[in-house]
Amino acid sequence: MSETLDHIASAARTDAPPAILLDKVNKWYGALHVLRDVSLNVALGERVVVCGPSGSGKSTMIRCINRLETHQEGTIKVNGIELSDDLKALDDIRREVGMVFQSFNLFPHLTILENCTLAPIWVRRMPKKEAEELAMHYLTRVRIPEQAKKYPGQLSGGQQQRVAIARALCMKPKIMLFDEPTSALDPEMIKEVLDTMVGLAETGMTMICVTHEMGFARQVADRVVFMDRGEIVEIGEPNHLFENPQTERLKTFLSQILRGH
Amino acid sequence: MSQTTIDPRSLRAPPRRPLRLSWSDERVRAIVWQVLVVGIIGAIVWWLWSNTVHNLEVRRIATGFGFLGREAGLPIAENLIPYSPTDTYFRALLIGLLNTLKVAVVGIVLATVFGTLIGIARLSKNWLLSKIAGVYIEVIRDLPLLLQLLFWYAILQGLPGPRQALHPVGGVFLSNRGLKLPWIEWQDAHSYALLAFALGALFTWFYRRDAIRKRILDGRPRPVWPVALGCLLVLPVAIWAAAGAPWTVDWPELRGFNFRGGLNMSPEYFALLLGLTTYTAGFIAEIVRAGILAVPHGQWEAAQALGLRPGQVLKQVVLPQALRVIIPPMTSQYLNITKNSSLAVAIGYQDIVSIANTTLNQTGQAIEGIAIIMLVYLSISLSISLFMNWYNARIALVER
Amino acid sequence: MSDITLNASAKVAEAAPRSAPISQVGFVGWMRANLFSGWLSTAVTLLLAYMIVRWAIGFVDWAFINAVWSVPNNQTQACRDLRGTGACWAVITEKHRFILFGTYPYEEHWRPALCIALFVGLYIVSAMRRFWRKELALIWVGVLTLIGVLMWGGVLGMPYVPQERWGGLVITLILATFGLALAFPLAILVALGRRSKLPAIKALCVLYVELIRGVPLISLLFMASVMFPLFLPEGMNIDKLLRAQLAIILFAGAYLAEVVRGGLQSLSKGQYEAADALGLSYWQKTGFIILPQALRLVIPPLVNTFIGFFKDTSLVLIIGIFDLLTAGKTAIIEPAWQGFGIEVYLTVGAIYFIFCFAMSKYSQGLEAELNRHRAR
Repeated sequence: MSETLDHIASAARTDAPPAILLDKVNKWYGALHVLRDVSLNVALGERVVVCGPSGSGKSTMIRCINRLETHQEGTIKVNGIELSDDLKALDDIRREVGMVFQSFNLFPHLTILENCTLAPIWVRRMPKKEAEELAMHYLTRVRIPEQAKKYPGQLSGGQQQRVAIARALCMKPKIMLFDEPTSALDPEMIKEVLDTMVGLAETGMTMICVTHEMGFARQVADRVVFMDRGEIVEIGEPNHLFENPQTERLKTFLSQILRGH
Repeated sequence: MSQTTIDPRSLRAPPRRPLRLSWSDERVRAIVWQVLVVGIIGAIVWWLWSNTVHNLEVRRIATGFGFLGREAGLPIAENLIPYSPTDTYFRALLIGLLNTLKVAVVGIVLATVFGTLIGIARLSKNWLLSKIAGVYIEVIRDLPLLLQLLFWYAILQGLPGPRQALHPVGGVFLSNRGLKLPWIEWQDAHSYALLAFALGALFTWFYRRDAIRKRILDGRPRPVWPVALGCLLVLPVAIWAAAGAPWTVDWPELRGFNFRGGLNMSPEYFALLLGLTTYTAGFIAEIVRAGILAVPHGQWEAAQALGLRPGQVLKQVVLPQALRVIIPPMTSQYLNITKNSSLAVAIGYQDIVSIANTTLNQTGQAIEGIAIIMLVYLSISLSISLFMNWYNARIALVER
Repeated sequence: MSDITLNASAKVAEAAPRSAPISQVGFVGWMRANLFSGWLSTAVTLLLAYMIVRWAIGFVDWAFINAVWSVPNNQTQACRDLRGTGACWAVITEKHRFILFGTYPYEEHWRPALCIALFVGLYIVSAMRRFWRKELALIWVGVLTLIGVLMWGGVLGMPYVPQERWGGLVITLILATFGLALAFPLAILVALGRRSKLPAIKALCVLYVELIRGVPLISLLFMASVMFPLFLPEGMNIDKLLRAQLAIILFAGAYLAEVVRGGLQSLSKGQYEAADALGLSYWQKTGFIILPQALRLVIPPLVNTFIGFFKDTSLVLIIGIFDLLTAGKTAIIEPAWQGFGIEVYLTVGAIYFIFCFAMSKYSQGLEAELNRHRAR
């Protein structure tokens, strides 16, 4: 999976406009302040890994990016389009942003192929034949084309998550969000999903990935964001961040993670 | 996010965005949809309403509940409180409501007992007993209640007359005039004893709660049964004895062409009660069965392994869990009995629906008559479901 | 229920398997375990067996041996002589056409009979999994239209039969089936509305569902029969069957809506989120992702609710519509046949039972199958 994805403009990363811009984003659940002045720029083609203890707001942050959650203050721009109550803008953004969930969320009543072609047909208004060819193309990329006629319940967890990745790719998104994609998987299946993600990263896809897989972060991430208690505490290049943590919070977190492995 | 200090920013209200008049604004869409739906339904209701007002004018029907004060002139066979045809419609409807409650309350008690027994029989290890219970449940649930009521009523009407009444045990007579049972002559002493029993029950309940609370605090068991015995048995009996211990049993006896004395159940009431009880028991049996099966076997084993005695296992571990599954569907069965008692009208038992129906035929006040029926049932349904929701919330399993 | 089962050891055992004592296996063992496992169980078994045998003998005597199967020209004296000892099936022989078809013209009875067959066929087709496709809705529309044509007639050489003359089983089937077919879409909309984020729509749906579920069906039927004419402008009138049908639809809609809502609630939030993340619109999300899954989950309770309506249609008796039960009740109004209610109600009951029992067995089977799928 080293060949570049045809639809992604392989422009130089640094001088392109930011793919995602978060500026002083705040969010409350009732009185609970879950995102505090979160600001982050992600350039086109950049790969960002978000880590932090559970409840630190990392999932909430990326779920705000495609508005599965609504933020209450601050600005979020995706590809230059601002997120607001405007439903047309939201449609445009969701078309550009693919998402992979912790619990896969494949549609159990549809076959693998139908899972992949549903959105291209109805949202992108693609002819069915073309959508199926596209789906087979991505299913081949995630190395499960032979399962296309099966239902999600017949696949292993790792296979389901790879289908979920293919399903998101079928919308030809410019940005991919991963919300703890390997947390619900057995150890032997984590690798196959991570390999798929590494392959995707090598094509130059813009990615934001919430994960605790430090090896993955070191291998592909341009930057690592450490969040705690709703704030971004540290941002940096992975090796630098992991070796020279500046704050107590990150040190504690890293020691817990390393002990756990 | 276990913040104990409140962040000052959390006190700020989230900012509001200005409303844009565009179809792609979520709030605009929400408002348009709601206005559209409410508008269409409002228009339909308004249209029906204006037609009704017009029709009432044309037919010269006066609206309002003034008719309730007029003389009803309709005879009612069964009444819990005194009534004669010269009384008002209001009183007639009140009798109807009491008749509805009479059949519903007795039906609920009997159906619960009967249904629970059948549900347990269904789970019996005895194959024959379990199969019979299963056949009963299946057959009773697959036949319309109205058909069953008509069937029971036909059987009761087919019984011999009072002179050849069936007489299974002393003092009990079953004939086409209904069921006669012996009954004690009610006197003030009985009321006092009953009152003492009720207060005693209340006191016992509080005493038991307190005893359990103290036991948990110091671990010393406090027996409840002496208090219960005193409050529930000794005290009422003593009061009754002090009032002269009146005890006259009123035996039904045949005089001429009918019975005199005793407790009378009309064939209509008896058929309705029988039909409602047997029908609902079939549903309750399934609910009880499902409730008991819902407690995993591991719960029994775990409780036994902790050394709880079988009675404690049932009371402390199994029943609280089974009840949680049983109570919501049981509530709807109780509501169903109450609503189904309205089928009384088909066999001539004078419940609220039957009397309201006669009233609206006599006075022409169709809207008011139906409004009364609906209001009565809505208030009964609402009270039962409020009570059951409260009870359910009390025993609900606390989950994350 | 002994833990030592022998047939489980298909592999070669070290010690040759010894067969269990005869008292533990086979028919004797089964009897011991399930009928005579203790003195109490034995007593219960014997008592029940005695009661069943006695009752069965009594029933056979009454229903078959002493029964009268037919009488000449309504001379029911032979029946009356046997009151209490033998059944008078002559009433069924004489009145079965009336009970099944009501006052429908005698020589046209093949039309309602064909309609009954069509209804049954429709149920069977709908029950089969391989027909659970969008085309099923078309089949329903087609068959229901055909039934309307058959019943009314007036085309293809079939004489016109006014609705007042319809009656019997076909009315029961019409009320139940049309009730379901029209209440179902209403129920889906209401269930969606009740979960909507729009407060006014949600409030309306809650009000509708709770109002209808709080009152007995009879009060709605009374409303349809006495109040409904007041609702319409002067000169406009809707016949009684249609009004009762409307009441049943409104009633069924509220109950079905609650069943559908149960299905909607049991779907995980992730399904909604995944659909949102793909950019599907509300109606696309509902139509492609939510409803197909939610409805599949609630098929067993839906069938149970349908059994309930099927039985509840009998309540139209109270407002004088000629369904199966009313036809049965009317058949014994004639003085010659008065007093034979038990025979008629048993027969009518058998018809209701066949329909309800088939549906309930189907729903149980389906539920077991769904549970198996979920357990996998």
